[in-house]
Amino acid sequence: MSWLESFRTSWSAVYSHALRSTLTVLGILIGIAAVILTVGLGLGTQKDVSAQISSLGSNLLIVAPGSSTDTAGVRGGFGSSSTLTIADAEALESSVNAPDISGVAAEKTTSLSLEANDTNWTTSVTGTTTSWLDVRARTLSTGEFISADDEETSALVVVLGSETADELFGTQRVVGQSVVISDKTFQVIGVLDSAGSDSSSNLDDVAIVPFSTAASVLVGGTESSAVSTIYLQASSDGQLSAAYQEAQTLLLNLHSIGDSTAADFTISSQDALVSTATAVYATLTILLTGVAALSLLVGGIGVMNIMLVSVSERTREIGLRKALGAPPGAIRRQFLIEAAILGLSGGLLGALLGVTAALVLPGVIGSSIVVSPAAVGLSIGVAIVIGISFGVYPATRAARLAPIDALRSE
Amino acid sequence: MVDPSATRLAPEADVAAPVIELRGAGKTYRSGSIEFEALKGIDLAIYEGEYVAIMGPSGSGKSTIMNVLGCLDTLTRGEYRLGGTDVNDLDEVELAEIRNRQIGFVFQGFNLLSSLPAWRNVELPLIYGGIPRHERKQRAEQALDRVGLGDRFENRPGELSGGQQQRVAVARALVGEPTMILADEPTGNLDSVSTQDVLELFDELHARGRTIVLITHELEVAQRAARIVWVRDGEVIRDELTEAAAA
Repeated sequence: MSWLESFRTSWSAVYSHALRSTLTVLGILIGIAAVILTVGLGLGTQKDVSAQISSLGSNLLIVAPGSSTDTAGVRGGFGSSSTLTIADAEALESSVNAPDISGVAAEKTTSLSLEANDTNWTTSVTGTTTSWLDVRARTLSTGEFISADDEETSALVVVLGSETADELFGTQRVVGQSVVISDKTFQVIGVLDSAGSDSSSNLDDVAIVPFSTAASVLVGGTESSAVSTIYLQASSDGQLSAAYQEAQTLLLNLHSIGDSTAADFTISSQDALVSTATAVYATLTILLTGVAALSLLVGGIGVMNIMLVSVSERTREIGLRKALGAPPGAIRRQFLIEAAILGLSGGLLGALLGVTAALVLPGVIGSSIVVSPAAVGLSIGVAIVIGISFGVYPATRAARLAPIDALRSE
Repeated sequence: MVDPSATRLAPEADVAAPVIELRGAGKTYRSGSIEFEALKGIDLAIYEGEYVAIMGPSGSGKSTIMNVLGCLDTLTRGEYRLGGTDVNDLDEVELAEIRNRQIGFVFQGFNLLSSLPAWRNVELPLIYGGIPRHERKQRAEQALDRVGLGDRFENRPGELSGGQQQRVAVARALVGEPTMILADEPTGNLDSVSTQDVLELFDELHARGRTIVLITHELEVAQRAARIVWVRDGEVIRDELTEAAAA
């Protein structure tokens, strides 16, 4: 009996037991679709997170006040005073002491209420220097950014984030309008392009003012020279660790601290963030894939169950076929091909469902799903292997049945 | 009535070798420590063109004979030659081939596959015989024609009466042109009209020279054959020609 004949026989058995076949296929199908979706969701989240993190700026080092140690967590200086000052930022700009740092942007951030016409909006007001735009990899949609002159003269000018501008002025032309912050009237000179949001803050809801203005007009007092964050841009990707070393040495010197473990500041890099986040999501992906693989296994056992039921249900048929001259090989082949047909159609339909869902779902749940061709190919392969390997035992049992016993069974 | 004096071995024993030859055939079933001797050394020869009924009450060993003759079961002692081949030496695959080429089974319960139309049921032995597809359909239809079901090719077993189903089974037994037709209580599930129907079909096949071995416990059915082999407790107790043979 040829393979083609075996296939015809198997196909007619699958076809004539439509309900049973459908249920088996469904078991595999759900498993495969689950694998494709969970792997896709894991990869998609990973991609989203790294895209968000790198949108903060490239080759970036972030210096924050306070130290993070293994035991004490974050030590935030004394009281609310920051351990970083504008003098630290200016020192880091030196091309002699820190040749691998190409850009420095100090930020001084407070939450304040903005008033324009009759609208009130509370947002984070950031005082910073001219290099901020470059270092944070941001662009302007209209107007211009803070100039050296503005910095020099502590000018009352403000650059708004796209969302802040929307909230305050709606559809009106924004540049040239006035905004009142802490009873001072600021002139809007530019609006930033949208950059989305990172894990902790909305990058589009900000108001940027010159650092000197923030220090003298908005905060004042002893806090005036303190900064909340200093962003450092390394001259290139490869210089990131050199820049890190230079910044650390310089700041330890400035703060007269001999032991780097006692530092009152923390330097972190985007790379570290990206790799941490990637590692977290990779673990999550493995976990989800494990769960999905389990459901695939359950589907496989379902196929075996159905095939075993099929063998006992069709014992008479097997006996008859043997009496009519079917050798054991032909019987085994018939049941194996049946299992393979169920596995393959489950795999293909599951892949179809998974890929379709991967295309449709992101619009609904707002998280991207990356269809990995490897996951699709592998899961179809696994479905066939499952179909066949879980079909081997029932098929072998069918082939071993003695024809008389098989014929006599009711 | 049966003529008890008509015991004989073969019509022309010196001319042809028998199609079926059992010599000292014994079969012992073991189930744990219990042994049951189903056949106690049987000698039997059946020649081409004969119509033989194997007759006996239940438990007599006639089903075991049927299984042995049909190569569905093997002997524990003695020898079985089918068409000159010693069947005891063969493995599973060779036995399957023998069943396919030499034997056409007709069962009490018809044993048709309910999901397949009549002609697909009939073509089954040809599939395992490696006959090409177009030829199979042709031969299946010829066989159905021969049993008078020329207009029922596409009907599934459920759409046919018991007698018609058994005729489909006979067509299936005929289609591979086997050496003999082996019928196990072929009328056991049929009413009297269908019984006559099927027995007439056997008469006809016999008249055309087919070798038929029929297993039954009904004397009425056995008497349609030309020769009756009486079996009791695993032994042949009588082997005789019937009135049908004389006719």
